[in-house]
Amino acid sequence: MPWDRNQMAARAAQELEDGTYVNLGIGIPTLVSNYIPEGVDVTLQSENGMLGMGPFPTEAEIDADLINAGKQTITELDRTSYFNSADSFAMIRGGHIALSILGAMEVSETGDLANWMIPGKLVKGMGGAMDLVAGVKRVVIIMDHANKAGESKLLKSCTLPLTGQKVVDRIITGLGVFDVVEGGLKVVELAPDVTMEEVREKTEATLVA
Amino acid sequence: MAQKTYADAGTALEGLLFDGMTIAAGGFGLCGIPENLITAIRDSGVKDLTVYSNNAGVDEFGLGLLLQTKQVKKMVSSYVGENAEFMRQYLSGELELEFNPQGTLAERMRAGGAGIPGFYTKTGVGTQVAEGKELKEFDGETYVLERGIVADLAIVKAWKGDQHGNLIYRKTARNFNPLAATCGKVTVAEVEEMLPVGSLDPDNIHTPSVYVQRVLKGEHEKRIEQRTLREA
Repeated sequence: MPWDRNQMAARAAQELEDGTYVNLGIGIPTLVSNYIPEGVDVTLQSENGMLGMGPFPTEAEIDADLINAGKQTITELDRTSYFNSADSFAMIRGGHIALSILGAMEVSETGDLANWMIPGKLVKGMGGAMDLVAGVKRVVIIMDHANKAGESKLLKSCTLPLTGQKVVDRIITGLGVFDVVEGGLKVVELAPDVTMEEVREKTEATLVA
Repeated sequence: MAQKTYADAGTALEGLLFDGMTIAAGGFGLCGIPENLITAIRDSGVKDLTVYSNNAGVDEFGLGLLLQTKQVKKMVSSYVGENAEFMRQYLSGELELEFNPQGTLAERMRAGGAGIPGFYTKTGVGTQVAEGKELKEFDGETYVLERGIVADLAIVKAWKGDQHGNLIYRKTARNFNPLAATCGKVTVAEVEEMLPVGSLDPDNIHTPSVYVQRVLKGEHEKRIEQRTLREA
């Protein structure tokens, strides 16, 4: 059985290292915070200007001045600090954030990432994604293995406009975990009952041993 | 002491607006946006605006109000996904759009306000964002030259301000506001609470008064874009 989105998020949470500062993207990556392993303490950064992001609020705790990068209401923690957006991206661009977990439309076998626009159709913008992939030390992608038409999202080269070139370190899909290495993508782990044959069949990118 | 306080957003903008001008606006999503000044700009009818702002509001609120009335010629933003009218105007060619990565937009404002005309960043190298821009190698890595922004007018929103123009922001409503405040040839700030000079702790002022030429107390709806709750 391939992983569902929650299982993918739970797998991605294994990437979190104790004592580090981490930025989680919008969508499935946000779910990762529900699965932070016991004994692992991470400080979540929200790129609009906050370190130490707490859980979503109760009705009584809602504060219009306190939102995350997805514009959702959130709460603060004892360790929280606030800062302006230039300082926020100084810590991102300056390499002070250890890990970013992001969603994607396409990833290439050389680690190129496309996740911000579909020409003529979907024009939303990159938000902080280009800064994150350029500056954060390690970039992990969580995404479905195939798009809605059933085509591989792990490609030889991206067809959509890029968010960054050679920036992705690891990809987690419903089928497994893949690392970007010399020559292509290396299968690190398979989801339960998923076979290499199935992965080969559903992946356009070059797979290496 | 120079008089910086104004009765409302309309009077605070008197003499500052002209067609074709550039405006830098604070705010992230609908959080910390200068609601009163945006409404006053709409009511003034000024047009052909170029607006530097991370987002473009939603259809009925924030900078979306200036899009409805077609007062904006060009937006420079990082994310405009929440605004259907924006998308419509852009795809039909009525509105120009320049996408800037969020950190690049913030740094462009900071640099412009700090007298730095350009800076090199890794962000966007190898993407559309770097097309037509100067690339330079430092220590074996490629960087792209981005320009500082100086706008004809900056509009910002703070939590507390004093009559001299010192400003304090609250939580994530700070966002782009302190940066926009530095990069306006003239900066107008609206505050939730206006206090007499001497009321703010000098050690905790986020925007020193030198950046703020006019300040007014506004009325703020503070609309929430994504009301997300945890299970009780």
